Amino acid sequence: MTMKTVHPLLVRITHWINALAILIMVTSGWRIYNASPLFDWSFPADATLGGWLAGALQWHFAAMWLLGLNGLLYVAYGVFSGHLRRRLLPISPRAVAGDLLSALRGRLSHADLTVYNAAQKAAYLAAILLVFGLVLSGLAIWKPVQLHSLAALMGDYEGARLLHFFCMTGIVLFVLVHVAMVAIVPRTFLSMITGKLGHG
Amino acid sequence: MDSKLKDHRGALLASVERRLFLRRSLSLGALALLSGCDLTDGITENDRVQKILTAMSRWNDRAQGWLFDAKRLAPEFPASMITDPFPFNAYYGEDEVRIVDSTDYRLEVGGLVRERKTWRLPELYALPQVSQITRHICVEGWSAIGKWSGPRFSDFLERVGADLTAKYVGFKCADDYYTSIDMATALHPQTIMAFKYADQVLPPKYGFPWKLRIPTKLGFKNPKHVMALFVTNQDPGGYWEDKGYNWFSGS
Repeated sequence: MTMKTVHPLLVRITHWINALAILIMVTSGWRIYNASPLFDWSFPADATLGGWLAGALQWHFAAMWLLGLNGLLYVAYGVFSGHLRRRLLPISPRAVAGDLLSALRGRLSHADLTVYNAAQKAAYLAAILLVFGLVLSGLAIWKPVQLHSLAALMGDYEGARLLHFFCMTGIVLFVLVHVAMVAIVPRTFLSMITGKLGHG
Repeated sequence: MDSKLKDHRGALLASVERRLFLRRSLSLGALALLSGCDLTDGITENDRVQKILTAMSRWNDRAQGWLFDAKRLAPEFPASMITDPFPFNAYYGEDEVRIVDSTDYRLEVGGLVRERKTWRLPELYALPQVSQITRHICVEGWSAIGKWSGPRFSDFLERVGADLTAKYVGFKCADDYYTSIDMATALHPQTIMAFKYADQVLPPKYGFPWKLRIPTKLGFKNPKHVMALFVTNQDPGGYWEDKGYNWFSGS
């Protein structure tokens, strides 16, 4: 059995910082949502962070720096090292559809975990785009006057709030599927810590 | 009441509230995040986390100060987009709205100003007025569009000979609310002393006799029923700010 580095050190570090940042942003964000719900339901208070609105806002606006700076580092590394292109491209809708179907039938091969299948590529690209959408809509909500052109693209302040909510929903769904997949193929969990993957 | 005694009581209350806040600001979920921490030592751990969060909030004050563009105007809207009825919001219910008597009213102006005089309503009404239809954004997340009219606050500050290089303007209100803003925001062209809402004399629920309307800040930074204002270099804090809400809270 050979050990191959699948995740460079910087990707592993930024992955776990990102996981922590997303956890803080989502749970504090739920508390902020509860202060003035967009829909006629609220998140269970026990699943939220901050204890009350001011506490949740403090967490949210502290962790946004963690999420933003860590995300910039990851994307800059991914673009300039070619890591993102190598791992996530090329991708075609046909391949994604095909791999999704075989995954649902339980026939997707996990023989070589060093290469992402098309469904994985789509999911990871979606996660990156969703965080991008969360950051941009979040900035528009935070600064609807100073960053008014950004907010205007999203239908002003209220539109940005909706977009922020839907991107949050998307990233939570991604995390649920992502964690379920890791539970099914537990070797992938260790590889995101050690970087190595035994295969063959 | 003896003012010293009053101050002391205020400080005591503030410290009790701060402790309550410390207890409330961390839920079990947050403690679970602090893996490797000694959970039996929870309060100390809370204090440490709270210190970091407070420091980050101060940092965000500075970041927002840099982001603030004195020339950038908040978007204005057509009259058709006005939210009707405009929501009432305060730290108390609508049945507890303070009624300020217009004949007795005297606006106190103090601190770093040349003219430390009081102003009666007719004198204030005589100042040149402007109107705006802007979005009020609450820290809770909701927003509403309304029309406010009144003199530019910057004109008033110049008229009273305020030290425009000072850092803060503080406000004391008839409902015991208080808050403070940075000088750059105080001088922004859309920061107005709103004597009117929807072209009518500002009703008590919206802050009679006037509220400082600041479309570049969240709603709670727009004090109502203003009784006194002062220019200062010492951060005067605020009712919600002292409980943990971000001080700058700019939009």
